[in-house]
Parts: sequence; C-alpha cells; structure tokens
Amino acid sequence: MAKMNMLHAINSALDITMNEHPQACIFGEDVGYFGGVFRATSGLQEKYGKHRVFNTPLTEQGILGFANGLAAFGAPALAEIQFADYIFPAFDQIVNESAKFRYRSGNEFNVGTLTVRTPYGGGIAGGLYHSQSPEAYFAHTPGLKIVVPRNPYQAKGLLRASIKDDNPVIFFEPKRLYRASTGEVPEEDYSIELGKAEVVQEGSDITVLAWGAQMEIIEDAAKQASEQGIHCEVIDLRSILPWDIDTIAKSVTKTGRLVISHEAPITNGFGAEIAASIQQACFLHLESPILRVCGLDTPYPLALEKEYVPDALKVLAAIKQSMDF
Amino acid sequence: MSNPNNVSLNINHALEFIDGNALNIPTLSILTEDGDIHPSATAPAISKHTAIKLYETMRFIRLLDERMQGAQRQGRVSFYMQCLGEEAAVTASAAALDQEDMIMAQYREQAALHYRGFTLDQFMNQMFSNELDLGKGRQMPIHYGSNELNYMTISSPLGTQIPQATGYAYGQKVKHIDAKTGELASIIDNVTICYFGEGAASEGDFHAGLNMAAVHKAPVIFFARNNGYAISTPADEQFKGDGIASRGVGYGIKTIRVDGTDALAVFAATQKAREIASTQGEPVLIESIAYRLGAHSTSDDPSGYRSKDEEANYKTCPIEKFKKWLVKQQWLNEEDDLKAKESIREDILAALKRAEVVQKPALEELVSDVYDTPIPSLVRQYNELKEHIQKHPDAYPVTSGRIK
Repeated sequence: MAKMNMLHAINSALDITMNEHPQACIFGEDVGYFGGVFRATSGLQEKYGKHRVFNTPLTEQGILGFANGLAAFGAPALAEIQFADYIFPAFDQIVNESAKFRYRSGNEFNVGTLTVRTPYGGGIAGGLYHSQSPEAYFAHTPGLKIVVPRNPYQAKGLLRASIKDDNPVIFFEPKRLYRASTGEVPEEDYSIELGKAEVVQEGSDITVLAWGAQMEIIEDAAKQASEQGIHCEVIDLRSILPWDIDTIAKSVTKTGRLVISHEAPITNGFGAEIAASIQQACFLHLESPILRVCGLDTPYPLALEKEYVPDALKVLAAIKQSMDF
Repeated sequence: MSNPNNVSLNINHALEFIDGNALNIPTLSILTEDGDIHPSATAPAISKHTAIKLYETMRFIRLLDERMQGAQRQGRVSFYMQCLGEEAAVTASAAALDQEDMIMAQYREQAALHYRGFTLDQFMNQMFSNELDLGKGRQMPIHYGSNELNYMTISSPLGTQIPQATGYAYGQKVKHIDAKTGELASIIDNVTICYFGEGAASEGDFHAGLNMAAVHKAPVIFFARNNGYAISTPADEQFKGDGIASRGVGYGIKTIRVDGTDALAVFAATQKAREIASTQGEPVLIESIAYRLGAHSTSDDPSGYRSKDEEANYKTCPIEKFKKWLVKQQWLNEEDDLKAKESIREDILAALKRAEVVQKPALEELVSDVYDTPIPSLVRQYNELKEHIQKHPDAYPVTSGRIK
C-alpha cells in the first residue's frame, strides 16, 4: 500500500492498462507531455511514447469520434475530456454512437474497450463552465455505463474495472477531490465490481445516498446527525448506470427513510430515478417521503456557490425533516 | 517542428488576400464516353478478373436498386436508397482496396459491400428486418454491416463515421508499434476507407475527423462523394470554395479529385491513395464528382427541386462507359451481358420472396446487445414484458409463439 491522492490512483490505473495492452492509447487535450490540466496522465508519454499518449486538437467531438473508431478496432481507447462541462460537443458521438454501436450492428461491432474519463463537479470556484455534473444526461441512454468514485482507492479499482468492462464507460472524476482526498491505495492491480453500491456506514434510522464528491458531504451530515442520536446508513452508489437498486431497496426496507443528495440540478437529476424506483420497491416500508437535496435548477453559479450547493447543513436538515415527518 | 505557429512565413509587403476560389483542383479523367482511354491518360493496371468483378458488381447493384425501389413503391419494404449514377465511384474505389481494409460507409455504398461478397440474401434479410438480418432487425433498410467483410454497420446520423474512421485507422497503425523501441513499422498492412457525401462534409465530425487524421497521421482514405445534392439542397447552398477537395488541402492532406463516373480514374486514384496511406501512414482525400441521378431516397422527390433539363446534362451512365471499355478489351460481350441481367433479375425476385416470409427476430433480441450481457434493470423489464405477452399472446403475434 502507498499513500496516494486521487490523481496518483488514476495515473496508476492508466499505467497498468498501458503496460498490459500494447495498443492501448491515452488521448485528449493537453494529456501528452503536460499530463493534462490536472496532471492525471503525468509521466505516461515519457513511458509509452507519443504514438500512444498524445494531445489531440481541441475537438471533443473529434476525441470521441476517434475513440469510437479506435475502440471498434479493438484497442483500449482511454479518452479524456478536460472538463465534463465540455463533453456536450461530443454528446452525439457518445449517445448516438458509443451507446448504440453494439445494438445497432447486432453485435457485428462494438466499442466495449472505450473508457471516457472526465473531471466533473463544483467546489473549485469554477463557475458555470467548470462545475457541472452531467451524469443524468448520459444515464438516460441505454448502452453506456456511468461510474463515479469517491476516493483514491475507489478511483483506481473502479477505473480498472471500467477499462476492463466490455462496454463503453464514462468515468466521472470528482475534481474537487483530486488532491484533497488521499488514502492508502495498493500499488498492484485490483478492480471494484461495477454496478454495485457500497454501504459505507451502517445505521438503523435513515438511509442517506450519494456518489462521488457528494459522499464526504453526506458523511459529514451523518456524523452531525449521530451526535443528535440519529443513526444514518450511508451508501455510495458508485455506479450510476447500471445502478444497484437491490442494495438501496434493502437498506430502505430496513430504515424506512431515504435522503438522496447530488450536486446536479434537482429536476430530472438521477435522484429522481432513484426516488421513483425506490418508492415502487419499498412503498409499504416507507415511513416518510423520499427527499432529495440537490443543486438548484440554475446554471452552476460562481459568487453564490456556498448558497447553491447541497452542503452538509442542508443534508442534515433533510435528515431531520424526514425523521420528524 | 520548430515553428510553433506551424506555418511557413513568406513575408510580403503588399496587402493581398488570397481568393476563396484560388484553388482550382483538376479532375482526373481516364475513360472517354466511348470507352476509350484519353490520349494523354494512362490506364491503371487492372486485371481482367478485377475488371469483370467490378463491372458485375455495378450491374448487380443497378438491378437490385431498380427492383427494391419498385418493392418500396409496392409497400413491401419501408425505405430504400439507390446509388444511381455513383456506381463506378463506389465500386471502383472498393475494388482498389484489400479485402481486409475497413470500409466505413455513409449509406449509399451498397456496391462496395456487394463487391466484398455480401450476398443477395444478406441484403434482403437486412431490408426485411427478419431474424436472419445480421443487424437483428434493429435499423431501417439499407443499414448494412458485416464484421466478416470488414464493413462497419451503417449509422443514420451523418458524418459520425468520419472521426471514427480516423480512430479505426489509427488502431491499424498502432498495431505496428514496436513494443521495445516505441517506433512505427514502415508498412501498415491495412487501411480504412471512409465514404461520405458532400453534404456530410458540413458536419462538425468532418472537420474533427480530417483534422485529427492529418495531425496524427492516420492511414485513412476519405472518399467524398460529391453528387451535387444533400437531399434537396444543392452543393452551392451547402459550401463555397472549390468543392470538398480544397478542404483536404486546407487540412494538410494529400488530395485528388476524380471523375466519379469513370471507373478507371476512381480505381487508379484509390489504388494510389491506398499506397500513400499504407506506406507513408497518412490520410488521403479523394473527391469524386458524380451527379446523383436518382432521388436521395424513396422519401424524396427530386422533381420538386431540380429540372429535367438539369438532370439530362448528367446522363452519363458510369456502367455503360465502363462496359464499352470492357467490350473493346474483348473481356465482355453484349449477348452474355443481356442473359446475365435476365438471370440476376430472377434471382433478385426470388430472394425478395424468400426474405419477406422469414419471421421477425425473437423477443430476446429486443434486449440483447444493449450491453455485452443484459444489465439487471433490463432483465427485470424483459421478464415483465415476457409475462405480459404470455398473458396476451394474440396482441403480440410476431413473438408470442416463440417465447422461451
């Protein structure tokens, strides 16, 4: 084990992949010698050469189009979109092409070796265009897998699993935690199964659910709640698509209450899907309405970020509201 | 590259703009209308076998197109697209490739697929979306694809295959990296050809794909079929400057324009393009000029946007032109040709009748291939659907009798 931050953990997962497969390529804006704006790919071009780790022109549409072709050829295509806010020019290549490649061809062709990494989320004073959480847009499209890690250990294991998975995966990295989150991470290879949520803390009174950077917010809220005698079961969803309804339903059946929190705007956020599904699965066990603590239905703001974000205090308020219902 | 601006500075002290039409790219023409070689042209080396196969493919596709256009009018298939007028452009370019080269087409390139060996029954099964369709009945007619024949399954959105072709070709190149030195081999076994219409060249994917291919030296042949119309929009309402070829030059890509009704010119240009791509590891752009003699698709009616006089100006038949050359080579005679046409027409009709009675894909094909294996939510949805159909079998006659 070594102490790593999330960037080191991601770098380690990529390094293992590049070493494992001679045709694996890492590409995106500034990812070459510079190592990406956040330095997630540092040192990899020196190690694997300019043909396999390279800068692309500034074209997200082109990066994903190229990645689809390279993956259709069968090479691990490790594409980076510099900020998730800039993934939208590539939207068509992702939702109409990556997601449908296997289905539309009757499995004559597929892009299972594609993994798209992209930093998402707020908390870095980035304003409208460096803070978005676009996972719900992609979760509406069958054919994709969507993964969001919460810490360095999870990041490495989930990224390796995403790369090895035989489906296109979008891997959203919580950029606020890139350097802020550190922990023990094995230097060797390991994977964490996709599509499984993790019960991070057991509790009997209420289930609190989030993913990615929002995990430390709900863990903080759960800690404050416990000081008031409320025992929260804290769950990290980890995979947005497919998502682990069984673990959530089991927990909610036990606790009878659910608070879901995510950074993205509330309307049609992924929390809405979870609330609807859990309401159907656990209707007779629910003690109170399922609550969501999310971003407002505004673009992500700059100056009033503190007011906008679903912080621990708002999550705590929702926990108490649910308990008092 | 020492120059960070990547330009050759040629300092000038006069205020001059380069005209947007300054490039005037010539068009390669080898065959005359009478099937002779132009006096100043050189015929490409083409074997009798290849030339005959090329001709037979064009002849077959013309007959298939005619019949299926009719079948659509009879309501037997929902949709069809002919390649009328562009048979030589598509077939001769495919004939100049290696069977293992990847073809990434737009939708009007059925001749390239047939040249590779896609059978009449395979065409029909796709058009009738039956259970023998390689695409499992998921896409509209003419969205063919075959892994075995290295023909990437067609996608409806325009131009999306252009950057994909760059990525695929880059994979063909990266395969040749020496693991120890990190250097590339000098010859690349196989390349990718990417077909698209001049209308698709307006999409962002075109810019992205060509630019990335040029910068990263992907062995891809971009084959622009400039047929004059994007559905009803004529090329002069689609772009300015000297055609699509001038764009290739702008991206720093070796470019040629050919007469797309001239099978020998297309064959020669593609053969050379393939050599450049595979030995120099870089992209090439071919712009083929061949008027779209037919409608865009069976949902289109060109009489609404162009005149009979205009169409008459482009009545060159690429198949007839090449046939004249073959007859002069004494590789083909008219009598055999007529007999063959009759027999092909019969084969097509028989295949059509066979395909239209084959049953539709089974219910499980609704959820297979979304992922490598169906995810839990999809398994649940499938089971619910199955149960519902089993309760109401008469309402779902296509699948209810075959549920496992």
